[in-house]
Parts: sequence; C-alpha cells; structure tokens
Amino acid sequence: MIEMSNVTKKYVNGVQALTNVNLKIEKGEFAFLVGPSGAGKSTFFKLLLKEEEPTSGKIYLDNQDITKVSRRKVPYLRRNLGVIFQDFRLLPNKTVFENVAFAMEIVEASSKEIRRQVPMMLGMVGLSERANQYPHQLSGGEKQRVSIARAIVNNPSILIADEPTGNLDPETAWEIMKVLRQINRRGTTILMVTHAKDIVDVMQQRVIALEKGRIIRDEAKGAYGYED
Amino acid sequence: MKIRTVRYIFKQGFVGLWRNRGMSLASIGSVAASLVVLGLIIILVLNINNAAETLQSDFDTVRVYLEEDLTEEETARVGQVINALDDVRMVEYESKEQALANYKESWGEEGYLLEFFQENPLSNSYIIHLWDIETAHQVVAVLENVDGIDEVRYNEEIIQNLLRMATFIRTIGLVLIFILILVAMFIISNTVKLALNARRQEINIMKYVGATNWFIRWPFVVEGVILGLIGAVLALLMVHYGYQYTLEAINLRFTAIFSGYLLPIDTMMQRTTYMFVVLGSGVGALGSIISLRKHLKV
Repeated sequence: MIEMSNVTKKYVNGVQALTNVNLKIEKGEFAFLVGPSGAGKSTFFKLLLKEEEPTSGKIYLDNQDITKVSRRKVPYLRRNLGVIFQDFRLLPNKTVFENVAFAMEIVEASSKEIRRQVPMMLGMVGLSERANQYPHQLSGGEKQRVSIARAIVNNPSILIADEPTGNLDPETAWEIMKVLRQINRRGTTILMVTHAKDIVDVMQQRVIALEKGRIIRDEAKGAYGYED
Repeated sequence: MKIRTVRYIFKQGFVGLWRNRGMSLASIGSVAASLVVLGLIIILVLNINNAAETLQSDFDTVRVYLEEDLTEEETARVGQVINALDDVRMVEYESKEQALANYKESWGEEGYLLEFFQENPLSNSYIIHLWDIETAHQVVAVLENVDGIDEVRYNEEIIQNLLRMATFIRTIGLVLIFILILVAMFIISNTVKLALNARRQEINIMKYVGATNWFIRWPFVVEGVILGLIGAVLALLMVHYGYQYTLEAINLRFTAIFSGYLLPIDTMMQRTTYMFVVLGSGVGALGSIISLRKHLKV
C-alpha cells in the first residue's frame, strides 16, 4: 500500500518538483506512473525510497508514515521495497545466482535460507538454467529478469520499477511484463514508471499521469494518453 | 552481527587493499614513516630523561676542580674557605689518584683501558655537599672567585640542560608528528576513496536493497585499520632493529661510558609497541571515516 497525502516537494534550488500530490495505491494493485520528463516522476520515486524528504505532506507505505522514520531506520524500510531500474544494475563480477544472493546476504539471511530462496526466485523468472553465468553472458531481457529476482528475493510488499522495459526490444519487454504481472498476482503491489505507450494501453491497469508536479489524471483502467 | 557478515566485511576490506595496491603501499609507508619519526623522538626523549635521572644521584653536590700546581697548604686553604661558607654542610677531598681509582672501579672490566694513560689526566677536587640545593647558585658564584680553583662543576646545570633539551625535542617532535600523522591520514582517506569508487555500483545496490549504513561502511573502516596496523608493525620492526644496531655500535665504540645512560631495547619496545598499534589503527580508522563522511552518502 502506497499513500501520499498533500505531498509537496520543493528543492533547495527553488525547483518545485511535486505540488500537493494525493494518491492511494492499494495493496496488490498494479499501477503505471506516466508523464513527460521533468513531470516529477523521479522525485516521486526518491520520496518513496526516502532518498529525499517531502517539503510538506505525509507518505505512507503499508500504513507506516515514512516521513517520521529516522535516517537510521531507512535501510529496514527499504527491505519492504523492491526496486528495478532501466539499466539493470547487476554486479558484473558476480554470477546470476550470486547477484540475487547478494540482496539476501546484506540483510544477513542465513546461507540455508539463501540456498532455498534464490533458486526459487530464479525459477520464477525463468532463469534456473543460467544460475552460474555472468551478466555479460546474458541478453538484456535476461539481465532484467535477474534484477527482478533480486528485487523480490527478500519478499518486499511493494515493487517499484523505473522504466524496466526502456532498454529492451518490444518482444522482450512483454516477457518482462509477464513476469511482473505474475509477481503482482502473488499479492505484491507494483508501481511502474514508463514511457511505453503500447504496454500501458494493452495492460489495462491503473494509470496515474503526472505533469508539472501535479496529478492530472488517475484512471482505473487507463491508457497512456500521450502521443510520444 | 553474524560471523558470515564479519567474514564478508574482512574479505571486502582486503579486496579493497589489493585492488589499489599502489595507494595501499603509499598509505602503509606514510604511517610507518610517521611512527618511525615518533619512535626516534621517543628514543631521544626517554634516553635523555634517563640520563638526567642517573645524574640526579649526584644532584646535591658541587664539585670543585683545583688548579694543577697547587701546594698542599694552598689546597688546604681552599678547603677552609669552602668550609667557612654557611651553606656548606660537608666537604670531601678527592685526590686525582683516588679519582682515577674510582673510574677504574666504575668501568669494571674495561678499567684496564685507563692504564694506557702515562700521566693521570684528572685533577684534585673537593666534593661539596650543601644543606640546601637551592643555594647552589650562590655557592657556585662565590667559589668561582676563589684563587686556586680551576673549574666548578655543578650537576644541576647539566641536568637542567638535559631536561630542557628533552622538552625542546618533545615539543618540536610533537609538532612534526602531528603534521606527519595528518599526512598519513590524508593518504589513507584517499586510498579508501579509491576503494569506495571501485565499489560505487555495489554500494548503490546495497542501499536500495536495504543494507544498514554500518554494513556498507565497515569494510572501508577495516581497510583503513589494516593499512594503519601494517604501517605500525613495519615501524616497530624498524625502530627495534634500528635501536638495537645503534646500541651495539655505541657499545662497540665508546665502551661502557654511555651504556649506563642508555635504556635497554626491551624497555624501549615495551613503551612503543602499544602506542604504535593504537596510533596506527587509530589513524587508519580516522582516515577511512573522513573519507566515508565526505564521499559516501548512505
């Protein structure tokens, strides 16, 4: 569950990135966040990750007001939040298995848990055969699937994706969407920032459109609505 | 913290060291150099203090050396003059033969060396014990004007000079050490910065997956401490062997004259080991923490 109430973010340099944003994404929902560049999508992302603090307003993740969480507790907050990026961000000197296991190691999971959980996640994203290969041996779509496996391996309740299909050809992009849909069906809330018009139009999910820091549209089964 | 985490932290620390071998060597070298200089200063100051203490046993006496060609009457007259002074408690006469015999005794086995003198080079002297050492200055001033006295030796001055020298060396040394340690810290923080840059991507992912700040920081602190410790060990070895060599060289050339005043190597190492280890790891830890504060926003 993601909720923003009257959130405004003004940077020190005077740029007003978000203005009075009110929003609620229920648990298990799949939502797209669309809008032209500079609309405030990145700021939205950073506020959820608590990389930035809102100038005013409140942000709730699973009913917890994260604006009240101290800096020291931020890591524990982020464990409930899986993140995937357009550029995958895999570690080149680690195998597929190790890349996924890494996320568990740094939250100090036991090696028993790691041995059980990582193959399960790799199976889920269809990469069981590739466990011992290195990122450079994989295609773009496979890399993104590794990064998805890494994002969900600690069972976060929310997955946020920053243009996960931006670097992929249309066919591969659909494979990724299938995986995300599957994860969503297991009950994970997904918020995906995207510019992919065809994907948004076909998926028939909730679409939230940002422009100049304001929500200008929020439709339950929306379309992309831009011509870019 | 789990054992596996500790292992991970140490492994990453060593990987960082190895990845930037050049800078690691520079860091270790600068820590070692600073500590060696510190070692030199400690050796000087401790030895001077020790010498001063050894001399302190003769502290309350003033020694008056008599002119070479004084007759017995004249010698006795000088003795009376000294005895007449209010501040003098007791006067002892030491003939030059007696003085030579005393030297022979105190040099022990090497005493035979003194037999090579064809003529006794020493002088007859009076050893003056004072009621109160505070009055030494006045007594010395009076004695310097007495006929028949060649030289007045007053140990307190030597001791004061030694102690002044020790203080001077210590002050200059502390300033020098302070600067050297700052340099060492700066080099270590740069080395850690390189290690940080090499792991930027990894750290970025760690942050998003929810690694705690200290989980991210520890490997770098470990790296800095290891650098400092290796530097400290190197410096200890250099100080140990350097001092040992110097002691041997001095004993060989100057026989026993100095050895009584020099501290043995064990005492020296006892005083430096602990200090070096603490300083080395402290400088390392501080260096990396400075780097982390500046370059790692977690």
